[in-house]
Amino acid sequence: MKRFTWNMLMTRYPAFFALILLGLAIIVNFILQPNLLERDTLNSNMRVWLPIIILAAGQAVVILGGGIDISVGGIVSIVNTILATRVGLEGSPDAMWRYVALSLLVGAFAGAINGFFVAYLRLQPIITTYATSFLYAGFALYILPNPGGGIPATVAELYRNTSPLGLPLAFYVIAVVLGLWWYIRSTRYGNYLFAVGGRAQAAYETAVPVTAVQFSTYVISGVMAAFSGIAITMLSGSGNADIGSSMTLNSITAVVIGGTAMSGGVGGVAGPVMGAITLGIIQNIVSFAHIDTWWETLVKASIIVIALATPGIINLFRRRE
Amino acid sequence: MKRFTISPPVAALLLAVILFVLSGLLPNGFGSDMSIARAQALNILRLSVFLGVIAAGQTLVIISGFEGIDLSAGSIVTLTAIATYVTVNGADEKVLPALFLSLLIGAFIGLLNGAGITFLKISPFVMTLGMSGVVTGAIIIANHGNVSGKVAPIMTRLIARPLSPEFPIPNVLIIWLIFGILMWLLLERTTFGKNLFAIGVNRVTAKLSGVNVTGMNLAAYSLAGALAGFGGFLLVGNTGVVMIQLGQPYLFPSIAAVAVGGTLLSGGKGSYWGTMAGAIVLTLITSLLTTMQMPDSVRRMVLGATLLVLISIYGRQRSLRQ
Repeated sequence: MKRFTWNMLMTRYPAFFALILLGLAIIVNFILQPNLLERDTLNSNMRVWLPIIILAAGQAVVILGGGIDISVGGIVSIVNTILATRVGLEGSPDAMWRYVALSLLVGAFAGAINGFFVAYLRLQPIITTYATSFLYAGFALYILPNPGGGIPATVAELYRNTSPLGLPLAFYVIAVVLGLWWYIRSTRYGNYLFAVGGRAQAAYETAVPVTAVQFSTYVISGVMAAFSGIAITMLSGSGNADIGSSMTLNSITAVVIGGTAMSGGVGGVAGPVMGAITLGIIQNIVSFAHIDTWWETLVKASIIVIALATPGIINLFRRRE
Repeated sequence: MKRFTISPPVAALLLAVILFVLSGLLPNGFGSDMSIARAQALNILRLSVFLGVIAAGQTLVIISGFEGIDLSAGSIVTLTAIATYVTVNGADEKVLPALFLSLLIGAFIGLLNGAGITFLKISPFVMTLGMSGVVTGAIIIANHGNVSGKVAPIMTRLIARPLSPEFPIPNVLIIWLIFGILMWLLLERTTFGKNLFAIGVNRVTAKLSGVNVTGMNLAAYSLAGALAGFGGFLLVGNTGVVMIQLGQPYLFPSIAAVAVGGTLLSGGKGSYWGTMAGAIVLTLITSLLTTMQMPDSVRRMVLGATLLVLISIYGRQRSLRQ
């Protein structure tokens, strides 16, 4: 009976393990940092993690559809540099919202470029988005060669310290993302997405518009990367063309820790969101455990590898029984 | 209805030659001075060796299929470069032990990758990415601010210098050629190579035909690690100094070199000749962009666009409609 339950949990709810991991991470973090769940700490943590959470959600859609998007960091950088140079520290909030809208269009367009090459020209996703990541990162550097610029303090403040009903803004954003995802999953498009990611050839033979679905995942990922770029710009308040470069691989790790398979067709968006939060908490734990600075990278990376390995280890032992 | 086709390695090499000739017409190019042209060509070839060797392991794991990829190659290169640097410490007789140490370190990390991928069913991308983080962490601890060491004179002579003044072919190119022949023999003339392609095409049929898929996978990743270790050994012989980010810039270019060389990233099809040609093309483009004195931003965009064009030529996957 127990065997059935475990297998059912792991196959039907790939995010189940991510949930356990997240719970565990929260407990350890709470022990090391007892004020973790206080409103201010919660807010200051969540607003830092939100950009990567949003990015992971977009990455999850691409990976579910059987692809991968290495260029998301570049899109984040483009959005950051656009906002920082066009709005400016003295800019008006109105201008900010105009350029936020423009940023979303830019994100969609960058995603469409990826989608065009991958879905319509049928190039290999990893190398294509690697190539476009140079295009995007280069473009960001072209807009803003040296770190600088900024956005009005009032707008940044809005992101940093809005907490309706005592809950940080990030929770509402996550709720909207998950709500949208659960709606999408129930639509025909949602079914297509899983079909394409699971086995594109079979999906094609059963009249699923494979190319259009693949294309759409990159556009979604591009738009999410733009949202992520907007969030990180409002968090930092300034511009830096290199801001997104370290975020790409983190977003992919978050997706996998969240139980969404790299091979596509298995998983969801809720898991990767939890995975992104877990990554943030691991960073927190490493900082609060007072580990020697030299050891921090090794400890953090080892925790991540162990987290990735645990489902496999559990399965190994279960097979032996 | 036989279509005119040209094999990817040849296409990449042709492209490299055309680009090189065109680069001579640039304002600061070699123009009609043949001795400068030859020196430039040899230098670019020499620089390609490091990317080419690092991409050798990448070729193996990519051919082995099942989303095979090695993102730890960059950090293995750095680690073995540091290990070589410290072990050799200027002594010629320590070079061989350092080489073995590099291969061993690389193979061990590769074996860990392979074990995680085969036994724990972690996808190669994240397994090797996580391992890259662990190795980087180990490098930071080992480095602890500073390392003291020195490259041995014999390494500089073998890697960075030409054969003789009358015959100015860099030694390392000859090493690379022998290396390429060995890689070709390994892939095309051994059971290991046949099995590697077999598991790359279809793991189930390979297993049913009696291929030890688990063993092959472990071997492929260990060998890839060892080859990255060899890359680190060569690289430090060229640079003569080590730094914490020495290998990382070679990571994604090594994947790009494999793709440009016509090896399918989904596995089962490819060659090391292609990777060698890919490494030459990529090194050529990068050094051309550097000599053209463009701002960094434009350089990156041109590199991205060129890569896109390159993979559009023959990196296309099979059409859905058969």
